[in-house]
Amino acid sequence: MYNGINMSQIFVLDQDKARDFYVNTLGLEVSNDLDLGFMRWLTVCVPGQKGRDILLELPGPPAMDEETTETVRELVSKGATGFTLGLTTDNIQKTFETLKARGVEFTQEPTTHFYGTDIGIRDPFGNNLRIVQRAEVPGTPYLDPPAPKTKASSGKSGR
Amino acid sequence: MSRAVEEINRRMLRARDAMDRAYTQPLDIPHLAEVAHVSEAHFIRTFKSTFGETPHRYLQRRRVERSMFMLCETARSITDICLEVGFTSLGTFSRTFSEIVGVTPSEYRARAVIKPVPTCFTMAYMRPSSFGEARAKNGA
Repeated sequence: MYNGINMSQIFVLDQDKARDFYVNTLGLEVSNDLDLGFMRWLTVCVPGQKGRDILLELPGPPAMDEETTETVRELVSKGATGFTLGLTTDNIQKTFETLKARGVEFTQEPTTHFYGTDIGIRDPFGNNLRIVQRAEVPGTPYLDPPAPKTKASSGKSGR
Repeated sequence: MSRAVEEINRRMLRARDAMDRAYTQPLDIPHLAEVAHVSEAHFIRTFKSTFGETPHRYLQRRRVERSMFMLCETARSITDICLEVGFTSLGTFSRTFSEIVGVTPSEYRARAVIKPVPTCFTMAYMRPSSFGEARAKNGA
């Protein structure tokens, strides 16, 4: 049925601030920034991974009424939007230090778990983002994608 | 008007994040009020209206959640765990734990099943409710 995820979405409360944070602070890159007239289509991606885009969407009319807009904005600002985005890195300590030097707000400093070492951060609006350097633990059900069924695959972890 | 609400929410969230990072430390309302840029009295009131519980209760539930995690994940003594999560007396810990979870720490440990899920989710979803659901679930 499917062969990938091309797009996900984060509600942001100001797209200029969002672009600045997600690109200049977090280190993602802009994949689209288009004025469609009725909305600003702003997407970012991991550098070099265009096609796996994150839409930084501004909630507002006419997509939703004023009252709903206020509710969405309040939920974002009180951190009630759940686990918004997960990124992977191959050097969590360096990533942590880089982000710290850039003044990022942390919900969790580097912590080691069975699945790897991760950090938690907030975007300027209250969204919860997490970055993990995964441990090589084959068999962790939802963290190890199943090995692709190719002739090269011989029961390894598939990463 | 609504932008002011957002700004206040964001500041309360910043203070709550500070509590989550330092849950082993004593509750420091003056510091948290400073993080949130509000007066102490205003902080407690506003935190409660934002998140539905006082900062004190939030911290208690965070500590109890962390202790539940350690009771499952480790073989450390209950006294150790009690001190590790920031309680200073075993009596207070046991009473608070039982009141919130509905069973004592040792009963909880005896029934515990380790859940192999990322800690961010246990911190978000295992923090026992103040409203009695955990007690009902634990048959108390």
